[in-house]
Amino acid sequence: MIVTQATDWFDERLGIAKFTRKSLNKIFPDHWSFMLGEIAMYSFVILLFTGVFLTLFFVPSSKDVVYNGAYAPLRGTKVSEAFASTLNISFSVRAGLVMRQMHHWAANVFIAAIVVHVCRIFFTGAFRKPREINWLVGTGLLVLAIVNGFLGYSLPDDLISGTGIRIAFSIVLSVPVVGSYLAFLLFGGNFPGDSIIPRFYSLHILIIPALIVGLLTAHLAIMWHQKHTQFKGKGKTDRNVVGVAMWPAYAFQAGGFFFVTAAVIAILGGLVQINPIWLYGQYVPYRVSYAVQPDWYMGWLDGALRLMPSWEVQAFGHMIPNVFFPSVLLPGITFTLLGAWPFIEKKITKDNSEHNLLDNPRDVPWRTSVGVGLLTFYVVLFFASSTDVLANSFSLSLNFVLWAFRILLFVVPPIAAYIAYKLAKEASDVPGIGKRKRALIISRSEEGAFSTSESAPRSIAHEEIIEELPEEVKYHSVLDGTEEYVMPTAAAAVSTVINNVSVDVDLGPLPSGGSGVYQIPRSPRGSAPNGRSDEQDHQGDLDE
Amino acid sequence: MTQLHENSAIDVAPKNRSAEVFVGVCFFLSVLATIGLAITYWVGGQPQVEGGLLFVTLGGIGFGMVAWGKYLVPQGPFVQEREVLKSEIVEKQAMLASLDRGQKQLGRRSFLGKMLGASIGLFGAINLFPFLRSLGPVPKKALTTTPWKKDALIVGPDGLGVNTATLEVGGILTVFPSYDVGGAISQTVLIRVADQNWTTKPGRETWGPQGYLAFSKLCTHAGCPVGLYQELTQQLLCPCHQSLFDVLTGATQVFGPAPRPLPQLPIYFDSNGNLRAQSGYLEPVGPGYWERG
Repeated sequence: MIVTQATDWFDERLGIAKFTRKSLNKIFPDHWSFMLGEIAMYSFVILLFTGVFLTLFFVPSSKDVVYNGAYAPLRGTKVSEAFASTLNISFSVRAGLVMRQMHHWAANVFIAAIVVHVCRIFFTGAFRKPREINWLVGTGLLVLAIVNGFLGYSLPDDLISGTGIRIAFSIVLSVPVVGSYLAFLLFGGNFPGDSIIPRFYSLHILIIPALIVGLLTAHLAIMWHQKHTQFKGKGKTDRNVVGVAMWPAYAFQAGGFFFVTAAVIAILGGLVQINPIWLYGQYVPYRVSYAVQPDWYMGWLDGALRLMPSWEVQAFGHMIPNVFFPSVLLPGITFTLLGAWPFIEKKITKDNSEHNLLDNPRDVPWRTSVGVGLLTFYVVLFFASSTDVLANSFSLSLNFVLWAFRILLFVVPPIAAYIAYKLAKEASDVPGIGKRKRALIISRSEEGAFSTSESAPRSIAHEEIIEELPEEVKYHSVLDGTEEYVMPTAAAAVSTVINNVSVDVDLGPLPSGGSGVYQIPRSPRGSAPNGRSDEQDHQGDLDE
Repeated sequence: MTQLHENSAIDVAPKNRSAEVFVGVCFFLSVLATIGLAITYWVGGQPQVEGGLLFVTLGGIGFGMVAWGKYLVPQGPFVQEREVLKSEIVEKQAMLASLDRGQKQLGRRSFLGKMLGASIGLFGAINLFPFLRSLGPVPKKALTTTPWKKDALIVGPDGLGVNTATLEVGGILTVFPSYDVGGAISQTVLIRVADQNWTTKPGRETWGPQGYLAFSKLCTHAGCPVGLYQELTQQLLCPCHQSLFDVLTGATQVFGPAPRPLPQLPIYFDSNGNLRAQSGYLEPVGPGYWERG
C-alpha cells in the first residue's frame, strides 16, 4: 500500500515508473572479473566515509607546535600542526587509528582495483566500440586516483612523505619552459614554504574528489546506458545480455559485496599497520631516512627515476633536467598511450563494428602480447624502486642491481610478450578449448583390454534454459497488442501505471528529415510521449 | 489475456534450508559484533579489537546479503535484448534540422558572435590573473641563489659554531649559515677528510681548510638531502634514488641518475678559529630547471 502510494506520488511528479521498471529488470552478466570495478567503486565510497571522519580532526597547517599528546616518545618535540593532529587522530580520537588506517588501505585497494579493472577491460577488448568514451573516462579516473593518493599520504607532514613532496617539487621544476613558474605557483614559493599542506589539503579533500565523483558518475551512467559486455557462451550474442536481474538477485549480491569490501578494508585497517608516521618522525628538510619508498602505485615512477642514466640536456642557455624524462615524459607517454589505445587498435584492425561480446585473451594473441609486454615494463620499473633494499637483502652491490634493472627493463618485456603470444596462440589452437569438458569413461572388455570413450553430452533436461523475465514478456506483448491487459483484481491501486502502459499509440508516418521542426502527433489519450518511446524501444528489440 | 505480474515458477523464492541458516547466522553474528563494538567504544577503544569486530559486523551483513542474493532468489539466467544505441535516421535528421533552424534564427551576425566570444574570453583571461598571481611569487633569483653570504658563520643544526676540533677525520655534520639554521635550501654537508687543505678541483686550493669540505646537501638529481656518508670509500649517497658522489674529487657523481656534482662551498677558519663561508655558492644548488643554462 505504501509502495503504491509512494509510486504514485513520485510518478506524478517525475514519471519514474518506466525508468524504474527498466532498472529493476536490468540484466547483469555474471563473471567474477566484472566485480573488479565494483571493488574500486566501493573502496571509493569507504574513502569518502573515512575521509570525512578524518577531516573533523586533521589540521592542515605546517605551523610549528610543541607536541604534548598521548604518544610519549615524541612529547616535547617541535612538530607541525598537521603532524601533531595526525598523531592525535591515531592515539587520542576514538577509533581514529582504525579510521586512518582504513582510509589508507582503502586508497591502496581503490587504485589496485582500478589497475586490475583496466587490465581486465584491456585483455578482453571491452574498450572497443561503442565503449571508447568510457575507456577515456576510466583513464582519467586512474590518473586522478594516483594523484589523490600521493596528495593524501603527503598530508601528515612526516619524514618520508616530506621527502616525496621535495621530489615532486623537483619534478614540477623540470617541466620545460614553464617549470619553475609552475612549481612556485603550485607550492606558493620556493620549497618548502608554508602553503604546501593547506593546498594539498584542499586539492585532496575537495577538488580532486569532486572530479572523481563527476567522472565516476559519468562512467556509471554511460555503462548503464550502453549495458554490460559479456563473455561468449550459450545463448549469448552481440545483441543481447544474459545474466541475473537487478532486482532482487543482483541488488543483494552487489549490495552485499559492498559490505564484504568494507569488511576486508576494516580488518586491514584494524590489524595491519600502515604508514606509522610516529616511527618516521616530523619532516625536517635536511633529514632523510634509509629506504625512502613511495606508496606502491608511485613505485614505477620512483623506479624510472632511479634507472634513468645521468643525462641532462643543456643547450641554447636552457636546460632539460634529468628528472623530466622519467617523471614527466614517461607518465605523459604512458597515460596518452593508455587513453589512445582503443583508437590505436582501431587503426590497426580497421574494425568499426560494435562489440558487446568480450574476447577471451587467447582469442587475440597480438593484443594480449602487447598488453603483457607493456605491463611487464611497468612491473620491472616497480621493482626497480627498491634497488637499495634488494641490494641490501641479497648482499649485492648497488651498482650491479642498478645495471641489472637497466638491462632487464628492455629485455624482460619483449620476452614476456613473446611468451604471452605463444601461449595465447597455442591455447586458442587447442581443439574444444573453452567448451565444457566431458568425462572420460574407461571400460574394460571381456578380454581384459581397456578402452576410453567420452561420456555423452549432458542431456537437454539439465541444460540451462535462458528466458526473458516473464514480466518483460508480458509487457512487450501488451505493448504489441498481441495480448490484452487485464487489471489484477487485487491491486486496483496500480491502475495509473497500467493506464500509461496499455495506451495504444499510433505515431503515424514520421516526416522525412530536413524539413525543420517536426511535431510529435498527439495520441487520443494524451500520453503520447511515454507511449511513443516505449514503442520505439520495443521496435528496436524486435528488429534484432 | 494477461497481467503484467503473474505468478510463475521463477516468482517463487527457491527452497534452500542450509542457505537460510547461513544467512541467518551471518546477520546474527553481525549484530553480536556490533554490540561488541559498542562496548569497545564505551570502554575506550582498542584498534585491533575494533578492526576485528568491524570485520564481523560488515562481513556478516555482506556475506549474508550475497548468499541471500545468490542462493535464495532465482538466478535465471535471464536474457534481455540490447537496444540499438544509434538513433534512427529520421531522428538524427530532425535533430540537425532543429540545429539548422536555430542557426537561421540567429542569422548571419558573425560580428556579434565574435564580440561575444571575445568578451567571455577576455573576462576569463583577465580574471585568471589575480588568481594565478596570488598563488605564489615568481622564481626571480630564488633558484639561482642561496641564503649563503660572504663571511657567514657556519653552525650545526643545534646553532653551535664549528671550529677545527668539531669533527673527527671521517666525521660529517649538516651545517647552515647562522641566520638560517634548518634552512631547506642552505643545508650543506661538512665532511672532514684526512688530508690537510685538500684540493678537490683546480681553483679550489683554499676551499678545504684543515681537511674540512663543504658541499650543498641538495641532490642535483631530485633535491633529496644527500645524507649518507660512507667513510671507507669517502662517498656521499642519496637515499632517494641512490646517486653516489665522490667527495675527494669534488662530490662528482659516480653512480646513479644525478647529472651534476654537488656544488662546493668555499670555507675558511677566521682568526677566532670559527668556520665561515668565503662566499656563497658559485653555482645554483639542487635539481635542474629550464632557465639554468
